[in-house]
Amino acid sequence: MSSISEKGTHGNDHALPLEYSTETGRLNILGFWIFLATDLILFACLFATYIILSHHTDGGPTGNQLFEVKGFMVETIALLTSSFTGSLSIFAMRNNNKSRMVGWMIVTLLLGIVFVGYEMSEFVHYASIGATMQRSAFLSAFFTLVGTHGCHVTLGIFWMFSILTQVIRFGINKDTARKAFIVGIYWHFLDIVWVFIFTVVYMTGVIS
Amino acid sequence: MSSLEDFASHFFVTGEPMIYMADVAIVLVTLGIIFTLTFLKKWKWLWREWITTVDHKKIGIMYLICALLMFFRGGMDALLMRTQLALPDLKFLDPQHYDEIFTTHGTIMILFMAMPFIFSVFNIAVPLQIGARDVAFPYLNAVSFWLFFFGAMLFNLSFVIGGSPDAGWISYPPLTELGFDPGPGENYYLLAISISGIGSIATGINFIVTILKMRAPGMSLMKMPLFSWSVLSASIVVIFAFPALTIALALLLFDRLFGTHFFTMTHGGSPMMFVNLFWLWGHPEVYIVVLPAFGIYSEVVAAFSKKRVFGYASMVTSLMIIAVINYLVWAHHFFIMGAGAGVNTYFAIASMIIAIPTGVKIFNWLFTMYRGKIQFTLPMLWTIAFIPCFAIGGSTGVMLATVPADYQEHNSYFMIAHFHNVLIGGTVFGLIAGMYYWWPKMFGHKLNHTLGVWAFWLFQIGFYVCFFPQYVLGFMGMTRRVFTYSANAGWTSLNFISSIGAYAMGLGFIFIVVQVLYSIKHGERDTTGDAWGVGRTLEWAIPSPAPHYNFAHTPEVRDRDEFWYMKERGESLAELNKTKVFKPIHMPKNSAKPFMMSLFFFISGFGFVFTWYVIGFAGLIGVFVCMWLRSQDQHTDYYIPVDEIKKTEASYGRYIGEVIGK
Repeated sequence: MSSISEKGTHGNDHALPLEYSTETGRLNILGFWIFLATDLILFACLFATYIILSHHTDGGPTGNQLFEVKGFMVETIALLTSSFTGSLSIFAMRNNNKSRMVGWMIVTLLLGIVFVGYEMSEFVHYASIGATMQRSAFLSAFFTLVGTHGCHVTLGIFWMFSILTQVIRFGINKDTARKAFIVGIYWHFLDIVWVFIFTVVYMTGVIS
Repeated sequence: MSSLEDFASHFFVTGEPMIYMADVAIVLVTLGIIFTLTFLKKWKWLWREWITTVDHKKIGIMYLICALLMFFRGGMDALLMRTQLALPDLKFLDPQHYDEIFTTHGTIMILFMAMPFIFSVFNIAVPLQIGARDVAFPYLNAVSFWLFFFGAMLFNLSFVIGGSPDAGWISYPPLTELGFDPGPGENYYLLAISISGIGSIATGINFIVTILKMRAPGMSLMKMPLFSWSVLSASIVVIFAFPALTIALALLLFDRLFGTHFFTMTHGGSPMMFVNLFWLWGHPEVYIVVLPAFGIYSEVVAAFSKKRVFGYASMVTSLMIIAVINYLVWAHHFFIMGAGAGVNTYFAIASMIIAIPTGVKIFNWLFTMYRGKIQFTLPMLWTIAFIPCFAIGGSTGVMLATVPADYQEHNSYFMIAHFHNVLIGGTVFGLIAGMYYWWPKMFGHKLNHTLGVWAFWLFQIGFYVCFFPQYVLGFMGMTRRVFTYSANAGWTSLNFISSIGAYAMGLGFIFIVVQVLYSIKHGERDTTGDAWGVGRTLEWAIPSPAPHYNFAHTPEVRDRDEFWYMKERGESLAELNKTKVFKPIHMPKNSAKPFMMSLFFFISGFGFVFTWYVIGFAGLIGVFVCMWLRSQDQHTDYYIPVDEIKKTEASYGRYIGEVIGK
């Protein structure tokens, strides 16, 4: 699409991983990093809202009363591990090992599903004891911040599943490599956001 | 039967002759369009050439058409308001209707007129200026356009179905809390802006990557035309500002639809949080729309003074400084809300500092004109008119940024006059200048000069007659958003003068419409590609309108203002066609998915406006199905064969040689 030839401008072609080997690949990956910057601002606004409203409990349940260490530890371990297995999948892709790539991708997906499942059961539990998002500003902010992250992970699961089917159908080529790499960046990003949720929401909530 | 009648009378807006007139007009225009398209057998053409296109030039033209239509709608709102306020105690509009009109006027002018207008010039000029074949993500570009289009449609639909929003373009809670504002109007506002906002973020990303990665070989950043620089800075502001708006609107929507308590008065909500989030976007938005206009002025001033722009490096630096400082001033929109002296002082000083880089730019434009051979073409007229107008607006801005004075001026007509002074004088003048400047590049003909001069003077005189009395009215105590006033307030004569000015501006707009219609047939044709004869940048090096692949051979850039120096050296891009071997060109395929996906967004939005959740979620599923299908699509691009390129270039007289199958 542009003047730069398909062979790339960064000197030796063989030095570039497959996902960076085409111009489309390089453009899409840069574009996705910039998208993540916008997503980061989005989460920053939600964090700011949460921090402002975190003590506006209106006599309702506080974080200290609600959060259970075991639940969010399981979620954290599942998600952090999935980031690692996602990396193993990309590592296998770089070694052109399709079956190993597919395998680690499936493991990553399953860990993501465990995370979302635990989060949903956590939310259902809170709602069952009357801690709904309609109860107080604190709970509105809590469900929205954590829920937005959960929606991102759910979307990521569908997205990764779509790419998994493409890798199985078409093998590892410049298109599937690019798509797998980008969904990998997305997955790591969600992991980093979770680290902040873990710290700002759960740890701070349990301690205060 | 009676329940159906009850439903219909709430679903459709009733009770005002003007609304019925609008209903009739909408139906007639729709029927007229359908009839014309069928009669001329243009449906297929419309679908193939426009609706499914991913060509940045066509998307730019569609943005322009929509922006002008929205300009008309927003302008009509303004005239209705000025008619109501022309004399004391008028009953032309009732208070509710007046509230709706000032809300839609503000929202449309900022989000559905200024935004598509800047995206129009982004799309038309940037890839051509930097020597690229298209934007970085052509498919995403089409998605952005259709999201804007359907967002705007959803917003305008509120006029006749359900009722318009009525809480001001800023839509502050608790006024917009469900209890105080139950109708669907606010839902329309929230959903329409959210949908088009997604498109804006995507456009920002698209142009950052385009400008950073797709410049022609040799075009280092410091050789890039200033308009492209301004687009880069505006795009950076877009991507960091719009997410804050998304969050503000989403949380308010949750409050209204799902009963959460972010901004409510009870259960611990904080309305101030909305105000902060909103202006965290809202202030940068002012710079999003004015920075590209600054870029246009830089191009126009250099071209029609026949000089290199003065102080290029300082122009770039000030663009970038503005792009940073604009994030640090948002609280000056609510000095009176009790943040305390320390906070107010910080934001006051930050606001005043922005005047420095802006002043640098003004002086650079003046120095570019100094001793230049100035040609008073239409773009140049609007550029020259901008300078005093914006300088006055900037000065009154500093007056508003002075906190103690702001306690007096806040929410008065002084403030109304100030922001119209900068937004019209800065953005609108610039966008009109840009439209005139690039019109031949888009359509292959110029716009008639004489009619344009009439439009110019009517608009200019109308502008000062309309807004200068409002500064005085502000000091006399007239506040914004009042729907009428009594004769003994002493505001009558100034309001009457102001309304006359508004009508003069409206007349100016009509002259622009006449000018466009007249010029389609009689406008001076552009045969060389360098329509003004003074083009400095690469877009003037290729034919008008540009072939869909833009450049048959990518130019090598050696200088800033490359095309100007090419002309001085007696070179042209057509020569490359003689010496260089043609290669097939890689292009993206047209796609119906951007249109379909945005249509599903529209359906979903419409469902949520009326809290019909089945339709709302069904629409969202449609969106995801489109995304899934696109993700699985393996055939998204193609190559233009060499013979087709040769044939196209030959038709522009830029290739003489063997063409197979000619």
